[in-house]
Parts: sequence; C-alpha cells; structure tokens
Amino acid sequence: MDLINTRKIALASHQRLWRRGVYLVPISVGLAILIWHLIARYGGFPAFILPSPALVWTRFLRALLDGRLAYHIAVTLGEVLAGLALGITAATTLGYLLAKSETFERFLAPYIVASQSIPIVAIAPLLVIWFGPGLFSKVLICALIVFFPVLINTIVGLRSVPDELRDLMRSLQATSWQTFQYLEVPSALPVFLGGLRIGATLAVIGAVVGEFVGADRGLGFLINIGRGQYDTALVFVAIFTLVGMALTLYGLVVLIETRLLSWQQRPDDSG
Amino acid sequence: MNLSNSDLEMYTETPSVPGGNGTALVVRNVNLTFPDGEQGLHVLSDISFSVQTEEFVCILGPSGSGKSTLLRVLAGLLAPTQGEVVYQGRELQGPRREIGFVFQKANLMPWRTVLENITLPLELQHIPNSNAELQAQELVNLVGLDSFEDSLPRDLSGGMEQRVAIARALVYDPRILLLDEPFGALDALTRERMGSELLRIWQARRKTVLMVTHAIPESVFLADRVLVLSPRPGKIRLDMSVDLPRPREDGMRYTVEFGEIAKRLRAAIG
Repeated sequence: MDLINTRKIALASHQRLWRRGVYLVPISVGLAILIWHLIARYGGFPAFILPSPALVWTRFLRALLDGRLAYHIAVTLGEVLAGLALGITAATTLGYLLAKSETFERFLAPYIVASQSIPIVAIAPLLVIWFGPGLFSKVLICALIVFFPVLINTIVGLRSVPDELRDLMRSLQATSWQTFQYLEVPSALPVFLGGLRIGATLAVIGAVVGEFVGADRGLGFLINIGRGQYDTALVFVAIFTLVGMALTLYGLVVLIETRLLSWQQRPDDSG
Repeated sequence: MNLSNSDLEMYTETPSVPGGNGTALVVRNVNLTFPDGEQGLHVLSDISFSVQTEEFVCILGPSGSGKSTLLRVLAGLLAPTQGEVVYQGRELQGPRREIGFVFQKANLMPWRTVLENITLPLELQHIPNSNAELQAQELVNLVGLDSFEDSLPRDLSGGMEQRVAIARALVYDPRILLLDEPFGALDALTRERMGSELLRIWQARRKTVLMVTHAIPESVFLADRVLVLSPRPGKIRLDMSVDLPRPREDGMRYTVEFGEIAKRLRAAIG
C-alpha cells in the first residue's frame, strides 16, 4: 500500500516536472552550446573574436585552479551582498515612511523619480571620484541600483494592506508595532519579494558597472583585463560567472518566496 | 403605526446597574456627520436606546441607513459627532476587548491557519500559546470546524470563513458581540443555517448581541428586539420586541406569528 502510494507520488511529481518544462532547460542550454560550437568551428573566426566552448571551458579550469577566479568572485560577491544589504535597508526604511505619509511622499517623489532617470553608468564615475576606487564606491553603486525597485515595491506592498484588516487590528487594540509585525509585514511580503527579485539581479550589474569605472579586482575588472590582453575566453568566463551569480541570487529569492509564501499557492498549482 | 416616542422612552432611561443583570450598553443622542462638502454628510440622527445584558438585538434598515456606521460607533471604531455610548457607566472612548466585532467580510489573514486566525487576538495580548490554543480549540468545536484547524482560509467556503470570524471574536470571551451583516455575502440556504448556528452559539455562551442586517426574516428569527433605522440620516423608526418563544426552531420561520412580526417590520422600513 505504502509502496504503491510512494510510487504514485513519484510518478505524479515526475509528470509535474514535465508539465512545468523543467527538462526543457538543459535541452535548451545544450542546444545553445552546440550552435555556438558549430559557429566557432566552421565560422572561420579567430579565437580572440569567438573562442569555442571547449576553449572557454579550459580557460575556466585554469582560472579556477590558479585561484584568480575564486578571488575575483569573492570580491564581486562581497560588493553585491553588501550593496544589497545597504540598498534593502535604506529602501525598506524610507519605503515604510513614504507609505505612511503621502505628504512626505510628495515631498520626496521628484528626487526619487529624477534619480531613476539618470543611468547608473553616469553616476558611477562621480561616486568613484568621491569615495575612491575601493570597496565602498561599488557597494554604494549596488545599493543605489537596488534601492528603487525595492522602495517602490515596499510602498505598493504596504499600501495594498486591506483597510478591513487594519480595522480588525484596531478593534483588537493592536499596538502599531503589532500591526506592523502581524499585518503589514506578511501582507506586503509578496510584493516586496517581487521587488527584491529584480533588485538581486540588478545588484550584480551595479557591481560590474562600478568595477568598470575604476577597480583593481572583481569580475568586472577581470573582463577589462581579458579585453586588454585579447584573452576573449577569459571575458567569456567572467560573463558566465556573472550570469551564474545573478541566477543564484535570483534563485535564492525565489526559494525564500516559496518558503514564506506557501499560503499563496494552491495545492495543485502545477499546471 | 404609532411608534416613536412612547416605545423609545422605555429603553432610553433605563439606569445602568453595575454587575447586575441590567443594562449592557446605553446609546444617548448619538449624532454622526462625516465631513463632506459644506454641510457634511449627516449619517446618524439623534439615536438613543439601551441594550440589556444577554439581549439579542438586530438593527434593521435599508442600505445607506447608517446601520453599519452605528455599529462601528458602538464598537468604538468611530467617535460620534455628538452624544455618547455608555459602557459600564463610562463613556466609550475606543475599541475595547469586552466588545467583540464580526465584520461584513470574514477578514481572515490568508497566511494564518484557521486555528492561528482564532488565536490572533490572544497572541496580541501575549497570552501563552498553549493556553491560547486550548481556548481556540474549544471555539473551533463550538462553531463546528473540527478537523479544519490547520486549513488555510483559501480552502474554506464563505460560511466556514464567517464561522472562523465568529470564533475569533469570541476568543476574548467578550461581554458584547457586535455583528455587521455577517452573513450578507452568503447564499440564502447557508445564511439560514448560519443564523441557527449563531443562535446555538449565543445560547451556549450567553452574550449581549447586536447584529446589523437588512434581512427581515433573519432579524425576526434571531432577535429579542429589532431596531428599525430610517434612510439617511438614520433615526430609530421602530423599536419592537420579538415575542417568539425560545429556543427557536427552524420551523418557526413559517408560522403566522413570525409572518405578522415580519410584516410590521417591513411596513416600518417603508
């Protein structure tokens, strides 16, 4: 009986994975690598224009083994994580205040919108001039780019808390801290995490932009080095590593979402 | 149809007897005007009545008569522009734990299970979890939701959601229970069943109940007394006791007496 049930469940989850198209991901990636390989092999491009997948792979192993890659990953990841922490802290704090006070929102809205109309690449040199080419300027750039989506989603999330539930908390004589803890946080969480998902990937971009402008370490720096030395395979290695980093961060946020927001999903939401 | 004054006076001047089986709530000359335009929107006009302990009162009126607004005033969620609500010899200043409120919508927190929704008021009072769960479990049984303790609101029907909302309002063991059209969103049959359920719960827990509704049969079936509000600005048009014996059975909805009372209420609404 148990065995049959387990088998049924195993079968069901197998089918669910199929329907969700999980198997399509490796197929699609494999196909892309194959096409890349064919173009590199028969396209007649020199390796410094388009290195083959195999060349990139060996370059990756070499960078990994001599420790350079790990070092630059650690630098960039440190910038990204510190930037995320700073950006999220600032955005949620300010977002909470703005959500509570429309006057305050109107007062600050022009600056917030204006800050978004300036590309981050334009501000980055300024920040490097002011704060030096070290870690801090990169963290600031990451934080700046993370700030906006998290801010907006914090405001939208808090504003979407149903008035009826606020009345309920009032009739239960909840303190404002309790209203925050029991109502506002869980209620705003889905929208907030949506913003965080965008912010997490943007943070990686922020770090690279910062490193391009002025740095002597990090994956963005590695790309600059590779370009200077016509070591195009190294550029590819750095790019793929950045993609991997962004995907991992994104995946982490999705993981947090599925854990915290399980109440949102229907039991058979697989189809 | 000679209603107003003589009927009203019986109730307005009943002295409050602290501790005794006396008056649960006194409403004195309550007026409410919402700021709107130059004149403001006059919603409640000179409303006075009092409610006896363990009495079941229905407030009946057409839409827009301010009956929900009146209930919010009684809950302390809204302050009257003039007049006062007296609870236990004192003017009501804001929400109180002894006054439970059930909203039009069940208002459950979608991220909390049935049991967690019911224990919410106790958690806010820092009552230890084990105690809270014990009390909540008792209420789960009372409202007939056994085996749904760990369900999430999304898996409940409208009627079940309102049962949770009623249990949540009862978990403080309030003296007064205010219900704002709690069954308004339910279909007719579920609504009837929930009415009978509410009577059963009321008989088990003996609360003073004030319930807003726009359904005449519902008010006749449930209440000891029905207050009829006029269209805006809401005034009390009729204050009538329902002299049907208790406990009330579902069959009573089809008796002549029931029909007579319903007819008088219908005429008062206009």
